[in-house]
Amino acid sequence: MMRKIYIPYIIFALIILLIPVFIHSYYYLGVLIQAGYFSLICMGLSLVMGYAGQISLGHAAFFGLGGYASAILTGGHGWCPWLAMLAAMIISGVLAWLIGKPSLKLKGHYLAMATLGFGEIVYIFFNAEIRLTGGPSGYTMGVIPYLTIGNLTIDNEFKHYLLTWAIVLLILLVNLHIIHSRLGRALRAIHADEEAARAMGVHTARFKVWIFVLSAVYASLAGSLYAHNILFVAPGPFAAMHSILFVTMVIVGGMGSIWGAVAGALLLTILPETLRGFQDYNILIYGGILLFIMLFMSGGLFGGGRLFLAWLSHLRGRKKEVADG
Amino acid sequence: MGSIYALAALGFNIIYNATGIVNLAQGEFVMLGGMFMVLFGGTLGVPLGFAIIASVFVVTLIGIIFERTCINTLKNPTVMVLVMITVAASIILKGVTMFLAGKEIHTMEYFSGGHGTVPLWGGKIPTQTFWVLGTLAVVVSALVIFFNFTLAGKAMRACAFDRTAARLMGIPARRMVLLSFGLSSAISALAGAVIMPISMVDYQSGAMFGIKGFGAAILGGLGHNPGAVAAGLILGILESLSAGYISSHYKDALPLLILLIVLFIKPSGLFGSEAAGRLKKF
Repeated sequence: MMRKIYIPYIIFALIILLIPVFIHSYYYLGVLIQAGYFSLICMGLSLVMGYAGQISLGHAAFFGLGGYASAILTGGHGWCPWLAMLAAMIISGVLAWLIGKPSLKLKGHYLAMATLGFGEIVYIFFNAEIRLTGGPSGYTMGVIPYLTIGNLTIDNEFKHYLLTWAIVLLILLVNLHIIHSRLGRALRAIHADEEAARAMGVHTARFKVWIFVLSAVYASLAGSLYAHNILFVAPGPFAAMHSILFVTMVIVGGMGSIWGAVAGALLLTILPETLRGFQDYNILIYGGILLFIMLFMSGGLFGGGRLFLAWLSHLRGRKKEVADG
Repeated sequence: MGSIYALAALGFNIIYNATGIVNLAQGEFVMLGGMFMVLFGGTLGVPLGFAIIASVFVVTLIGIIFERTCINTLKNPTVMVLVMITVAASIILKGVTMFLAGKEIHTMEYFSGGHGTVPLWGGKIPTQTFWVLGTLAVVVSALVIFFNFTLAGKAMRACAFDRTAARLMGIPARRMVLLSFGLSSAISALAGAVIMPISMVDYQSGAMFGIKGFGAAILGGLGHNPGAVAAGLILGILESLSAGYISSHYKDALPLLILLIVLFIKPSGLFGSEAAGRLKKF
């Protein structure tokens, strides 16, 4: 079982590490770094959607909380970046717990509504608390430092790329272990049939809350990394539209597949860059993709691929039957 | 403003009762109502009455097309798929509006001409407020008559109560879903058309209408129509008060905060019954 996980994992890690050997353009590396942040968020969201069976429409808020907490603690109060990152993750985790606890106790999709409201409140907060966050024009009260590891300062796109994707690979490994652990089986049981899972003694509400908290912590981590890369935060990237974008990425990759989440994040970050001429059309493209996948293949591209393979082998089986008969 | 939230909340309830889904594109229909109002009434210079009718008609048509193409074609959808489809629809409607109407904020004169106000209790009330309140009154009475005295209205109530039983009684449940989408988008469009002169509308303002309307629907108890109207008005008043007394930045946050608090403390809403809340699928 474990071998089945590790082989694709190692191949993927090698590809990721080899990319900077071939791509030297800081611009393209920048796009891939962005995809790395989104992969972190989407992996968490994929656990929430695919395994706990809940939608979160507020993950951009946790992304933003991470970014702003890092910016304010390091830039304004002179904290060590890593400590600030940890503090940001704790803040996001606690807030996620406060939202998740009551809304996940209820049956149904109340989490979607609660997170939608929460996301808007956080966005308004970023815009309105000008003395703390700098308001709509962004944080300018202090200088956000680059991250450092020992004596090494992560100050160019190449180093950022390696750091970001090292963290993505680490979290990917953690997630693969989670879904193949007792917790993962419990979550899948919840997704398949909540009543049955509860009858079997799975503490459904508690598991769902913890997975939601975990996903918020991932998003916060991505936000902190983002702040220390761009060295600037403004409310723009943390608006509700981006929460929907993250959900779209997860759905494109196929809910409940950690690999799918990474693939969806990569695809939907790189695709719009290749279609730069159509920048204004982004909103329509995302909407169209989301609608199409929901209508025709609710398993996502990966699920669709699996269906296609099943159909192929079904065809081959039939041919064989004909030949044998 | 409260009346608009009340109308949007009614729109949510009608679809929710018929299908059990929350239509996250509801706010976009309000926005579209406003946009078409500007188009017909402002740009094309169609007389007021016709402009209202035309914008409501067009948006209703969009709502019906949406139901026919996206909701009705699904064979065995899960609630999550349905919710995501409404999210996708809202993005697409937003995008198309952005292209056709541009990114700028649209404004319009009050229906009674100019930007007149009427002095009342020491304050000044824009004349448009009376149009909005009047619309709410008309819609509510029309809905009361529809749900209590017509066959289609009674059938819709039966579907909301127990869909399987209603179908066994020979009520075409699927057609009721279509009807509910049409009715709901018509109400939302009307709300958008009358609010247009007071609150400026751009392609992004649908989301706020939607989420506040949903807040009102939750506060009043999801699926509970009189509750929705009362809760919408309460939200509107609280919002204006908070803009005056706390901070105008946070006036948009207050209805959302109330939405969260209600979800946490009493998810069945102020007026909904505990039992009805538990029976529902969503």
